[in-house]
Amino acid sequence: MLYREAGQFKTNYAADQQLFPIRQDRIGVAALLVIAFVVVPLTANQYWLGAILTPFLIFALAALGLNILTGYAGQLSLGTAAFMAVGAFMAYNAELRIPGMPILGSFIIGGLSAAAVGIVFGLPSLRIKGFYLAVATLACQFFVLWALQRFGWFSNHSSSGVITAQKIEILGYVLDSPQAKYLVTLAVVAVLALAAKNLVRSETGRAFMAVRDMDVAAGVIGIPLMKTKLLAFAISSFYCGVAGALYAFCYLGTVEPDGFNLDLSFRVLFMIIIGGVGSILGSFLGAAFITLFPIFLSLISQGISHATGVEISHAILSNLELIIFGALIIFFLIVEPHGLARLWQIGKEKLRLWPFPH
Amino acid sequence: MAFFIEVLAGGLLAGVMYSLVALGFVLIYKASGVFNFAQGAMVFFAALTFVSLVERGVNAWLALVITLAVMVLLGLATERVVLRPLVNQPPITLFMATIGLTFVLEGLSQLVWGSQPHGLELGVPDVPIEWLSQKANINISQFDLFASAVAGILVAVLAVFFQKTRIGRALRAVADDHQAALAVGIPLKQIWGIVWAVAGFVALVAGLMWGVRNGVQYALTFVALKALPVLILGGFESIAGAIVGGLIIGASEKLAEVYLGPYVGGGIESWFAYVIALGFLLVRPQGLFGEKIIERV
Repeated sequence: MLYREAGQFKTNYAADQQLFPIRQDRIGVAALLVIAFVVVPLTANQYWLGAILTPFLIFALAALGLNILTGYAGQLSLGTAAFMAVGAFMAYNAELRIPGMPILGSFIIGGLSAAAVGIVFGLPSLRIKGFYLAVATLACQFFVLWALQRFGWFSNHSSSGVITAQKIEILGYVLDSPQAKYLVTLAVVAVLALAAKNLVRSETGRAFMAVRDMDVAAGVIGIPLMKTKLLAFAISSFYCGVAGALYAFCYLGTVEPDGFNLDLSFRVLFMIIIGGVGSILGSFLGAAFITLFPIFLSLISQGISHATGVEISHAILSNLELIIFGALIIFFLIVEPHGLARLWQIGKEKLRLWPFPH
Repeated sequence: MAFFIEVLAGGLLAGVMYSLVALGFVLIYKASGVFNFAQGAMVFFAALTFVSLVERGVNAWLALVITLAVMVLLGLATERVVLRPLVNQPPITLFMATIGLTFVLEGLSQLVWGSQPHGLELGVPDVPIEWLSQKANINISQFDLFASAVAGILVAVLAVFFQKTRIGRALRAVADDHQAALAVGIPLKQIWGIVWAVAGFVALVAGLMWGVRNGVQYALTFVALKALPVLILGGFESIAGAIVGGLIIGASEKLAEVYLGPYVGGGIESWFAYVIALGFLLVRPQGLFGEKIIERV
């Protein structure tokens, strides 16, 4: 009853082509933004803001970046963490070496540096495809971390390559409370997510999808393969780079190259698989799932040990977590290979037709 | 010169060790088109099971048989639980499923056997061969040669198995075309079960060799990452490619570390193999021995 577009007539092209054509969607998104920007910072406690919501948003951004590359342009990449590392370290260097650099400018420089690295390591994609490409992107993962550790310039010659992100200062205000950091992250993520939503329905986005579905066919109908693939790598790495900069500046504060290891790449890959490959919403759902799942699991184990009085040791717990995590991934792939976003779509469709089945 | 030969030989022999792991990948890819990321975890699982059984006083041969049985069961279970429901899904989905399997195996093996590292002895000491180091001043580990011999036998057995036996022919038919194989009456499920069981066996051999070299510990799962460049260099479908790729990667990696490393600050072993593989791929996108990629629209 509530969710139905009946009676919403489009009388001009602008209305027909708007981002959210259904009024209920517009209201929903607006409400979500109000909640995220106003209600959450006022009500949530420090722990939730700093340790759960901020990393969730950052991972959602990284997943969004990977989704543009893998989900929309069809180029499987295992180098996400490396792009994040480039973003984090270059944002740090921009802030350190350019006097009076605004913090958002540093984030952009971090993103652009990651995009440049992405283009270089995207070059093989012109010739290599599928799993061969996935393994080739591992070269990026290992090489970037090695370079960040080996050359002292990146970490300002700190021992073991650890960097401490500078204070976030916008228009003279020093933002160091969890609320402020959350809001900075949220603003960046909201803007970039909106941009991504627009990107995938533009000519560029359609070119990405044509390349994903079959690149030879896309080439035949006149889509420049080189430009499209490299652009996909550049945009995706830009998103990952900004996510990396936020990871360093708004979440952890101190990062080292080893923090951006292959495990992180896989985490982001899982987010888009569980959330939905080729879906903007899916990136957020997947990031939420992967971030919240360990917390949920530890709550359950606490509950069990409270109820039975048996203390579960940490080693057993972490191994159990691995097993359940792996099993869940397999389960998800079998039950819904298109991810949580697909479930959401099915739910929406059901809602539209309710109370009728068809 | 002696030093060069020593480095080269050491690299080649290390390459054989990579090939052992890469073989497991090739087997499964050949027969089911699945890029099995869990191979590294299988290597770890097999080695840990074996060493834990031996430490609990089980006779080594009996432990070997039990571990083999466990690996076969694991392979069959994987086929039943993970792969069969995912038939006809795109390769990336299957790949992701094997990453999930990796987590399950890593968690399971450490849950059952504990996570402390174990030493492993197979009766062949990991020391340089005496007469070679005396005569020519070249240090080559006895165990490395043993591992190469094992790898050689393994490849020969697998080659005979694939080329000459009935099951081997069925495997190749399945690899060529699932549907055509089904149409001529080859039982797909059974074939996949066999392939995963054989891959479990290869993982056991690789796990034993690597276990002697580095000890049986969690880091063993990362060996799989080292095998990936070998795999793409040789081509996913080729058993010979796994061996040749291993030799090339092993030798060039060691030579680069010794002769090139000092100029850029060392530690290049972590990525050099990937860059070599990447270089080869730019010339031959399907790897050295991979099947030619034919693209149709």
